[in-house]
Amino acid sequence: MTSAILVSILMTLVAASTPILLAALGELVVEKSGVLNLGVEGMMLTGAVAGFAVAYSTGSTALGLAAAGAAGVAVGMVFAILTLSLNANQVATGLALTIFGIGASSLIGAGFVGRTITRLGPVFPDALSDHPVLRAVFGHDGVVYLSLALVLAVGLFLRRTRAGLILRGVGENDASAHAIGYRVIAIRYAAIAFGGALAGLGGAYFSLALTPMWADGLTAGRGWIALALVVFAGWRPGRLLFGAYLFGAVMTAELQLKAAGIAWLAPELLAMAPYLATIAVLTMMSLGRQAGRAGAPACLGKPFSAS
Amino acid sequence: MTSIITRRRFNFGAGATAATLPLIGGRASAQAPFGVGFVYVGPVGDHGWTWTHDQGRLAVEKEFGARVKTSFIEKVAEGPDAARAIRQLAQGGNQLIFTTSFGFMNPTIQVAKQFPKINFEHATGYQRAENVATYNARFYEGRAVIGTIAGHMSKSGQAGYIASFPIPEVVMGINAFHLAAKKVNPNFKTRVIWASTWYDPAKEADAAKALIDQGCDIITQHTDSAAALQAAEQRGVFAFGQASDMKAFAPKAHLSAIVDDWSGYYVKRVREAMDGSWKTGDVWGGIKDGMVKIAPYNDAVTPAAKAAAEAVEKGIVAGTLHPFTGELKDQKGVVRLKAGETASDELMSKMDWYVDGVQA
Repeated sequence: MTSAILVSILMTLVAASTPILLAALGELVVEKSGVLNLGVEGMMLTGAVAGFAVAYSTGSTALGLAAAGAAGVAVGMVFAILTLSLNANQVATGLALTIFGIGASSLIGAGFVGRTITRLGPVFPDALSDHPVLRAVFGHDGVVYLSLALVLAVGLFLRRTRAGLILRGVGENDASAHAIGYRVIAIRYAAIAFGGALAGLGGAYFSLALTPMWADGLTAGRGWIALALVVFAGWRPGRLLFGAYLFGAVMTAELQLKAAGIAWLAPELLAMAPYLATIAVLTMMSLGRQAGRAGAPACLGKPFSAS
Repeated sequence: MTSIITRRRFNFGAGATAATLPLIGGRASAQAPFGVGFVYVGPVGDHGWTWTHDQGRLAVEKEFGARVKTSFIEKVAEGPDAARAIRQLAQGGNQLIFTTSFGFMNPTIQVAKQFPKINFEHATGYQRAENVATYNARFYEGRAVIGTIAGHMSKSGQAGYIASFPIPEVVMGINAFHLAAKKVNPNFKTRVIWASTWYDPAKEADAAKALIDQGCDIITQHTDSAAALQAAEQRGVFAFGQASDMKAFAPKAHLSAIVDDWSGYYVKRVREAMDGSWKTGDVWGGIKDGMVKIAPYNDAVTPAAKAAAEAVEKGIVAGTLHPFTGELKDQKGVVRLKAGETASDELMSKMDWYVDGVQA
């Protein structure tokens, strides 16, 4: 295998992992605040269609990304109002949000089927982004670097800042946080907004970067993978990064093996490989940890009302 | 007139429909528009398989105007669950119902038994009844045409083929494509990636990239999205559209496309059903019947490639050329067709072997 192929595989791997990483990172923050939002797929699809619609209409992918984030926030707010202010069941509302997102994106996108736009390009100058080897590091688009920076930022925020501590406190014991004067509902609103923005951005990565077009159900279930990754990563940003890239790596490897004609397994079994490998590795990592420190926020999914 | 029944509304409305059945169960009066129903496996917005069927539905509306009323249910899961969707259309006053995916076969037969006065048409299946006809298109003819172009245009002599599932329909397409390319370049190689999905744009694009990494400079696919074409465009290799003309997605890479056109068939069958001459049967239409069309060639297609492709197309229409003509051996060396023999429809519809040079 030549280095050109290796670099190309690496590029594909990073691109495949990025949208899952973004959506999962947003959901991680949401869950750390004690809210379980199963509507990730719906928010991703809404972001994907909003991003495409705006990028197509204005010719600017940057505006498209911004619109995707805003659309994700908007759908997230619907969830927040229903679950936080009106105390609707989080699981049921989240599932409804996904079904809503599938339908709404299909409706909004109907006029955009069959159109295409210029894909999101690399940020660094051609000398670096087109270099046969260096492009493995410098050849990506801005969203890739943004997603990596966000992993670091969220990690630092949760572990090293006072605000992060408060967010975790709200997720671990909402009644106590409320008793000492923190605004539980407001903090959860903010977390859901952040999660919505990242899911929208992750969705738009499909319609603006990976496959610059709109087609119904474009994200093809990646939102559910993002949700699963949060659990398997034990609610830790670092492990989440590892898990997302591992998933992308096995997914890319599967296709490369098939293309190279190395197929000792049935294609259906190979198609399962990314899911099995990611679950297996992350489960093994969880086994190494002590019981009771599994990482799930204690108030995850529980409704809160100040009394 | 159109009425759209989404899957969700259908689920929620199923109970209500059953309750009001005695009121609306009677046949429509002579003045009422003729009801035509469609059951789709995918979303209308897939710009692929389901989209082309919906274009056929729109052609029916255009042809008959207010004299017909079409309805469709999209995103219907294959299998037993489809029976409810088909029954819903049957109870809703439709007199002719098209079910447009292979997995709707048993449900269609089952519902047709309960509604002997309603006529049904099932795409790509093989079970028929007094009131159930089947229809399909000879896509392999289109594959032979684009395979010919691939043989001429590939510098590396390797094509990448993104396939969905190893069913005869797909296997037939791979073999037809490869045989045509091999006729031009005897050392031609076709690398197949089984995506194990009909629709996952990101995965289809990644599969195309993997094939290009392995040296393929022609990409074709039997999956539903245009993602593979976009990947080909980005990497500067050639590709073909699937189900519809996909040039807009890849102006440079898109050499041509196999276009499904159900309009003519749907209009004809609706007309027959309206005037009472509809009969069951099995139609497998190809390029000659206008069911399969070849999209305009890209300027990049060389004159030699264009001439060869047109010759193949003409030969198929005239009946002088069959994409599967012996002597044909499979990969194990078993003779599947003797010299000069052409494949019967029966043989093709059960094809589960690959010709030599296909890496699947």
